[in-house]
Amino acid sequence: MKTLVTRQFDFMGKRRIAFAVSGLMLLVSFAALLLQQLNLGLDFTGGTLVEVQYATAPTLDAVRQLLEDAGFRDVSVQTFGASTEVLIRLQQAFDPDVGEQVVSMLREAGAQVTLVRAEFVGAQVGDQLRDQSGMGLLVALGVVMLYVAFRFQYKFAIGALLALIHDVIIVLGAFALFQIEFDLTVLAALLAVIGYSLNDTIVVYDRIRETIRKSRIDDMPAIFNEAINMTLSRTLATSGTTLLVLLALLLLGGDMIEGFAIALIIGVGVGTFSSIYVASALLLTVHLDREDLIPPKKEAEDEEEQLP
Amino acid sequence: MLNRYPLWKYLLILVVLLTGLIYSLPNLFPQDPAVQVSSAQGDVRIDERQVERIRDALEDANIAIKAMDAEDGRLLVRLDDDDDQLDARDLITEVLDEDFVVALNLAESTPSWLESLSASPMTLGLDLRGGVHFLLEVDMAAALEQRLEVNASAMRETLRSERIRYRDTEIDDRTLSMTFTNAEDRDQARSLISREFPDFDYANEGEDRGARLVMTMTDQAVDALQDYAINQNLTTLRNRVNELGVAEPLVQRQGPDRIVVELPGVQDTTAAKRIVGATANLEFRIEARPDTPDNETQSFPFRNDESRSADLMRDVIITGDSVSSANHSFDENGRPQVNIDLDGTGGTLMNRATRTNIGRNMAVLFIEHKSRDTTVMEDGEPVVERETYTERGIISLATIQSALGNSFRITGLDSPTEAAELALLLRSGSLAAPIYFAQERTIGPSLGAENIERGLLSVQIGLLLVVLFMLVRYKVFGVFATVALGLNLTLLIAVMSMLGATLTLPGIAGIVLTLGMAVDANVLIFERIREELRTGLSVQQAIQAGYERAFTSIVDANITTLLVAVILFSIGTGPVKGFAVTLSIGILTSLFTALMVTRAMVNLTHGGKPVKKLWI
Repeated sequence: MKTLVTRQFDFMGKRRIAFAVSGLMLLVSFAALLLQQLNLGLDFTGGTLVEVQYATAPTLDAVRQLLEDAGFRDVSVQTFGASTEVLIRLQQAFDPDVGEQVVSMLREAGAQVTLVRAEFVGAQVGDQLRDQSGMGLLVALGVVMLYVAFRFQYKFAIGALLALIHDVIIVLGAFALFQIEFDLTVLAALLAVIGYSLNDTIVVYDRIRETIRKSRIDDMPAIFNEAINMTLSRTLATSGTTLLVLLALLLLGGDMIEGFAIALIIGVGVGTFSSIYVASALLLTVHLDREDLIPPKKEAEDEEEQLP
Repeated sequence: MLNRYPLWKYLLILVVLLTGLIYSLPNLFPQDPAVQVSSAQGDVRIDERQVERIRDALEDANIAIKAMDAEDGRLLVRLDDDDDQLDARDLITEVLDEDFVVALNLAESTPSWLESLSASPMTLGLDLRGGVHFLLEVDMAAALEQRLEVNASAMRETLRSERIRYRDTEIDDRTLSMTFTNAEDRDQARSLISREFPDFDYANEGEDRGARLVMTMTDQAVDALQDYAINQNLTTLRNRVNELGVAEPLVQRQGPDRIVVELPGVQDTTAAKRIVGATANLEFRIEARPDTPDNETQSFPFRNDESRSADLMRDVIITGDSVSSANHSFDENGRPQVNIDLDGTGGTLMNRATRTNIGRNMAVLFIEHKSRDTTVMEDGEPVVERETYTERGIISLATIQSALGNSFRITGLDSPTEAAELALLLRSGSLAAPIYFAQERTIGPSLGAENIERGLLSVQIGLLLVVLFMLVRYKVFGVFATVALGLNLTLLIAVMSMLGATLTLPGIAGIVLTLGMAVDANVLIFERIREELRTGLSVQQAIQAGYERAFTSIVDANITTLLVAVILFSIGTGPVKGFAVTLSIGILTSLFTALMVTRAMVNLTHGGKPVKKLWI
């Protein structure tokens, strides 16, 4: 890691290549979202519920495995009241035969089973969640822009916003492209990506602002490079620890947290990239000047906050 | 002197950490399977004899009792074995009569000194521990009747304003019929009403004094009403059982006319049942004048004094559906009251009705749909028969002093608990159709044991990796960061427990992720200290400068994220809201531990001492 300190990477010199990469990723994401759409999970679509009664208590893991091997998706198997009664939820559009189909499969595997009922179950989240959360996200983005414009400058706000949208679209796009199941856990991960991306962008911005104020040259790309290189070891350390956690979750955690980990791994990767190449590089495109940031001298001194 | 904290700061940190420790402690005590008995009405108390009979019955059935605590007229029977729980509930239900609600419970085994500080553990989620499963049946017949009543009210209003005289309205199943004095009035009414109410098929019956207009709701309208009622009920139930968004319940439609509610853990199922199943609603009506014709009035008893009754107008001004927010408090005399804010339409209706009726009385009518199950023998088989009934009672009757607007209060409630529950019910929206419990069962964890084990293992390894990384990269300062991380986890768990949050496997992954990201603040500080050391500052100056210069970055970055979280909390619903809560708590606790706690440790070990070299 020590070598990174002295080495200066020319980040801004490669920004056109990076813009092309971003553009391509966005294009693919849009295409995937439009053409393939998200593969929504049981939480969003609802499915089928099958209640069965066994003569003797079954091993739930075996039942789950059997159903998954038979091609059912998003299978949940749990005991229901007594250990011989089992409730099975499947992500499968309801049709009257599903119940019989499941029971005959279980019978073939050698169990004594009777069907109690098979019914459709609705989505776990309603339209209210979608509408209100969408609204909430828009308002939140608006307020964050105002805050960034107030603390930095409006050009920074535009950069931060675009970086955020960029990250969210690419994560969603990846889920649509590879048809990975999108459930409530992934939605939570997406919100965490927003938090991470914003955090990362602001840290880089803060350093850029500080470097602009300190330096005497007017060569913005050089100043940006210096600032980004200075935050580089921090960026690597933070995204490194986060990725370590996520890799552990992905490789060892099982199905339940797989989607969560994938969304965040993509999000952390793209978020780190976009802090440099979208949020910061866009500042060059919109011609950020020293004058945008150099306040009257007195104010600059006042702005140094005191430590608690 | 550089890098010294005043004593009060150390004390403050100590107090916060101790509080965190106390409130996170209950999570170390596992819960007991139990059966809970409480009164159905709130006024009947369980007595010694009944307790003894329950004990004997359980002992006869060879069910091991761990403890029986009777408190406030409630009884909690703790059991040794998970498998006995269902049998025990059935036995106890048999012993007691219908004045009591018998429900499954998971009793906390938090030591009493912790309990007296109202510390309690987090509930384990449906995926990890399972919980209780309620199957609710939506009473579509009642929903239909309600809808027809509302339509009838509106039709009468229309007719009155056009001065068409009608004699009687009748509701039967899905038809609404009105009688008129002659066929001419009927035809006029038909053309008027059919324009405004397209959901009906219209037919004429009888002539002259028996002229009737028969309106039957179309199949399409009935289906639409059913979907509307179910969806409305789903929304309402979600709001009721998950106000903060951290309770992780499952609420979904099952089949055409039923709703599943699964609650994690089974803390106080009786309260849960009361809240889930409560179909309380309010109606505001004007009291009838003595000369009002009988067909426009209805008589209702008072809720707390059945011998008194009052005649009210048949027309309803507004119902609880128009309430936009409600909370409970006490009036000047210390009696419970509910403060109500109405939405725009409700406010206008209320204002119009009260403005023209100053000096008359307005009644608040409390309506509750209930059901009673009786077991009868039919062909030698026990069959449960459900009888549904509706209780309506006046809770307050007061003179209208002036025109009412959007906000007012109602009094006349029996207890603060009742006021609090009524406020919650009004706040979460009323049910579009009454619901009844069709089934109550415990439900096992939805994740397999293997899945849970793997999940927990991955989380531990993830956490371990973060710690190793910090130790290798920042040496002694890595130790500080690791201690801070541990304290951060403790505080996070403490706050989540206080909020009554539920812990699911993804939730645990989220907490670990929060911790992984929380090291960011320390990374920023430590990198900055290294940088300052390289520019040639002395050790003490470098520490001071490192903390100070990293501070703006850290605060700006965290405030923006916090803003997103707070806004998502105030606007979002359900899981999104819950996620926002967790995120905000995570930000606050990690700011505290990363900035103040590590600084305190650094100051204690390094501050004011002649340190030659920093192990960073």
